[in-house]
Amino acid sequence: MEPRFTVSLAQIKPRLADVPANLELYERAVREARGQGADLVVFPELSLTGYHLKDEVQAVGEKLDGPVLGRLRELSRDLALVVGFVEEASDYRFFNSAALLDRGEMVHVHRKVYLPTYGMFDENRYFARGGRIAAFDSRFGRAATLVCEDLWHPSTAHVAALDGAITLLCPSSSPARGVRESTEQDDNARTWELLNRAYAVAYGIFVIYVNRVGFEDGVGFWGGSEVLDASGRRVVKAPYYEEAVVSCEIDLAAARRQRIMSPLLRDEDVDLTIRELQRIQGKPQ
Amino acid sequence: MSAPSARTRPATPAPPLNALLLQRILTAFIRDEVTKTGAAGVVLGLSGGVDSSLAAGLAAEALGPENVLGIEMPYRTSSPESLAHADAVAVKFGFETIRIDITPQLDAYFERFPDASAMRRGNKMARERMTILYDHSMRLGRLVLGTSNKTELLLGYGTLYGDMASAVNPLGDLYKTQVWDLAKAIGVPAAIVEKPPTADLTPGQTDEGDLGFSYEEVDHLLHAMVDHRYEAEELVAAGFDPAFVTAVATRVQRSQFKRRLPVIAKVSNRTIDRDFRYARDWGL
Repeated sequence: MEPRFTVSLAQIKPRLADVPANLELYERAVREARGQGADLVVFPELSLTGYHLKDEVQAVGEKLDGPVLGRLRELSRDLALVVGFVEEASDYRFFNSAALLDRGEMVHVHRKVYLPTYGMFDENRYFARGGRIAAFDSRFGRAATLVCEDLWHPSTAHVAALDGAITLLCPSSSPARGVRESTEQDDNARTWELLNRAYAVAYGIFVIYVNRVGFEDGVGFWGGSEVLDASGRRVVKAPYYEEAVVSCEIDLAAARRQRIMSPLLRDEDVDLTIRELQRIQGKPQ
Repeated sequence: MSAPSARTRPATPAPPLNALLLQRILTAFIRDEVTKTGAAGVVLGLSGGVDSSLAAGLAAEALGPENVLGIEMPYRTSSPESLAHADAVAVKFGFETIRIDITPQLDAYFERFPDASAMRRGNKMARERMTILYDHSMRLGRLVLGTSNKTELLLGYGTLYGDMASAVNPLGDLYKTQVWDLAKAIGVPAAIVEKPPTADLTPGQTDEGDLGFSYEEVDHLLHAMVDHRYEAEELVAAGFDPAFVTAVATRVQRSQFKRRLPVIAKVSNRTIDRDFRYARDWGL
């Protein structure tokens, strides 16, 4: 039997730089998710701290054995959590991290690799860049976590899929920006929906995308959290711009069927890709 | 200056009109940014023009009309029509207004400077109104709601520490043409949306007369220049008049100081806003 589980998308509105308040939001969302039969609750990027932290990054950062993560580990005794937080490393670097906590244990930590530092974004000013993209095993099958901007680099999804991930866990803090005629969502939301669907289809992979809502200094976050199944079909969608906890069941057997019908990953030529990448790497700049 | 004629509309995208989406985002913005500060609502200057009418309507929807106070602050030369329009907006959206005539305080001051220019008098009016708004902000524990739109802010067509002063501004990323469209959509009375915009500082004044071009023309240009980052030569190639492009680009550059905090002399290692960086919503 392939794993079957209910995932809840906790589309919350964190308070900026107020970890105790956000811990309460986490607890409330977990209660609501539990009512929806959740086995796994996924929270947005940096939702334990808020996003536009600037010089507050260091003040809200926590080591992996810190008290707030300890409290969340407790909370994960009977249902798993993906949490978004500022991780302080032992060498005093700070990472934009997301961790899977399950049955009181920290199963995996992903440190965001691609830190947007252009336009309205300034992440590389405050955060160190993660150095790994890796799938990991869990009771929800093999999965990989990619945080927000990571997903705008197809190489991350490519590596995760080749590393065996059947599910992508994607915590995000994505701002609403760009308006065009006659759409019910902003341009950035539309782009994300295109990306999520493209990855699901291209890799026969479940995409669990969880975005936040609320405003920070006038910047709104568009919500619209969603799950795409391995064929690219949207299984659940949270409202735009409003807090919500929505859930759906994921049956990994659907990914199996999809990959039998469309064995794209089986046919992926990793050696060819590596050879070509090495050729490109060796090219004089 | 020759503005581009309506016959040859430049081949760049005009500011997009999507009233439903903007209404949704802007009401959520007002609700979120006001309530999380703990403020009980907003106060705003109600001029009878389209910008303050729109801001008031959005705030009434976001916070409930009982949490919006419109303050009418006429000067003796202000048009009676402006006051009638301000009253009509308050009736339409169901919020309360008060009226404070600024004539005594203005005239008392300018008795000492009888030769003051219209520009000085206009700026002073805008700043007297600001002090009244902030006084009522303190009296009621409410935030001052801003009404400056993106066109005005980019052109510097506003009084620093006067009408540009506010705590929260829902319109600052909307061009005037978008303000008109959204105002119409949320039910601002047609007479207000359709009249020529005016600062109403001197009788018969209009914005487009002051500026020397129409909002439609300049919005089209600014949207290409600012939002889509067209370079000057690309704007000219797209059909904008070169003199118009230069004049507007110069206005934007010369008014940059109005969009920033005062310059601080750096002497320490951690200077406010340079390397002491926190969000305004820090802890909110």
